[in-house]
Amino acid sequence: MEVLRLDRVTVSFRGRRVLDDVSLTVDQNQFIGVLGPNGAGKTTLMRAILGLIPPDAGKISVLGQSGLRGNPDIGYMPQVRSAGTGQRLCGRDFVAIAHGGHRWGWPRLDKRQWQEIDRALELVDARELARRPLMELSGGQRQRLLLAQALIGSPRLLLLDEPLISLDPRHQHGVIELVRQVSKQLGITVLFSAHELNPLLPAIDQVLYLGHGQLALGTVDEVIQPEVLSRLYGAPIDVVRHNGRIFVMSGEVDVEKEEHYHDV
Amino acid sequence: MFEYDFMQHALIAGGIVALLAGVVGYFLVLRGQTFAGHALSHVGFAGATGAVLIGLSPMGGLIAVTLAGGMAMGYFGDRLQGSDIAIGSVLSLSLGVGMLFLHFYTSYATQATALLFGNVLGVGTDTLWWLGIMALVSLVVLACLARPLLFISLQPELAEAKGVSLRLVSMLFLAIVALATAASVQIVGVLLVFTLMVGPGATAQKLTVRLGPGILLAALIALAETWLGIALAYFTDWPTSFWITALSATAYMLASLQASRNT
Repeated sequence: MEVLRLDRVTVSFRGRRVLDDVSLTVDQNQFIGVLGPNGAGKTTLMRAILGLIPPDAGKISVLGQSGLRGNPDIGYMPQVRSAGTGQRLCGRDFVAIAHGGHRWGWPRLDKRQWQEIDRALELVDARELARRPLMELSGGQRQRLLLAQALIGSPRLLLLDEPLISLDPRHQHGVIELVRQVSKQLGITVLFSAHELNPLLPAIDQVLYLGHGQLALGTVDEVIQPEVLSRLYGAPIDVVRHNGRIFVMSGEVDVEKEEHYHDV
Repeated sequence: MFEYDFMQHALIAGGIVALLAGVVGYFLVLRGQTFAGHALSHVGFAGATGAVLIGLSPMGGLIAVTLAGGMAMGYFGDRLQGSDIAIGSVLSLSLGVGMLFLHFYTSYATQATALLFGNVLGVGTDTLWWLGIMALVSLVVLACLARPLLFISLQPELAEAKGVSLRLVSMLFLAIVALATAASVQIVGVLLVFTLMVGPGATAQKLTVRLGPGILLAALIALAETWLGIALAYFTDWPTSFWITALSATAYMLASLQASRNT
């Protein structure tokens, strides 16, 4: 079944064309790694799918519905910046504020709704740590709570914006495994944006590579090819495979590593 | 002490304002916007003294100006972040302009002290009505607003994606903060609003990690501090505002000690 469709979509952000006449279809139960150089539009693509940025042209539909802001079929985990507000609140209440948080009224949940929260926490194995205040949790533990929050309302499409940022390799692996496990268990499609391809390699079904207003969607072997990537980077790209890892090189430089340095 | 009218009025007024300030303050602390309460009270000072100068009630001027200030802060929202110096200048200017207004209205020296440091023992019946109505309106609006307010406070991007208008909710909340500030000025004065609005909310968040109990606790702490402060003022003849600030600071320090012992 088709979960997401972009039909000749053009999206601009701050006066710049981020996506230029692109199309794609994504089926259900797919774990898709979203990659591309900084500024290639990973976040913009997600915000456009969420209906926060209206496309200049074309149509974006999620499960057949388009142009709907606040679509309950989409779960979203925004990029975490620094520690936000409410650090003294316990994880369970933090997750719960997303349940019907868009409706007016006093934030009271009934028993069934609390069960839903606890089920989401159980899925990410965070029942215990959700009793502690956010300020006491590590980056990886927070990510688990955020994932639980994104799962509330039984979404069919999950948009995760850079969930690996500021995590060490061991925790990165844990988050990827967890997302894969949860998404396969629930049969949801996941768009998972990241800086580096290699940590995602064992988990993803497909890769969505963005660059130069264009995109390429397919299996790793289909997309991570010199011709495809050279088009997306607008520069000659080599793909080097070594010990099951893949390095995307422009001349002598590993472009993913390079991006990472610029980002810090 | 309950046989005097002025004491009855003080306890009722103090109780109403404490409940309002405690609940609103909890959200203010949670949002990390404590500065807003401080800022609005300073702006309100110019409003109150300006109203006196042109022959209107200081309370009316206070409410009008804090409300306008609160809505403006909510409207500009994110753009105010990082502009502490600009905000600080506006605050000092407001106090300065307030002083100028008082200077023109020379016969009103006691009014200045009342505005700056509060005068809970001088609350009349009509002020009581005003406070009651303000508190009722604020709490009813807050009850309708609480769910999206918490959502935008803790997860702004997600809330936006779910269709919540960040600007509308923060404007409405800051309007409530403005009313709570104007009410608090009656009890502790412009300079000490922080003690009623921020102290109890911050203390409550040190004591519990739960949301619902935290809000209730903030209201109860504010109530206890205010009533105890009024009673102590009655028996010692020291100013009420002093006692409330002393209790508020002590409660916060004890809660911090308790919290650090638990971790």
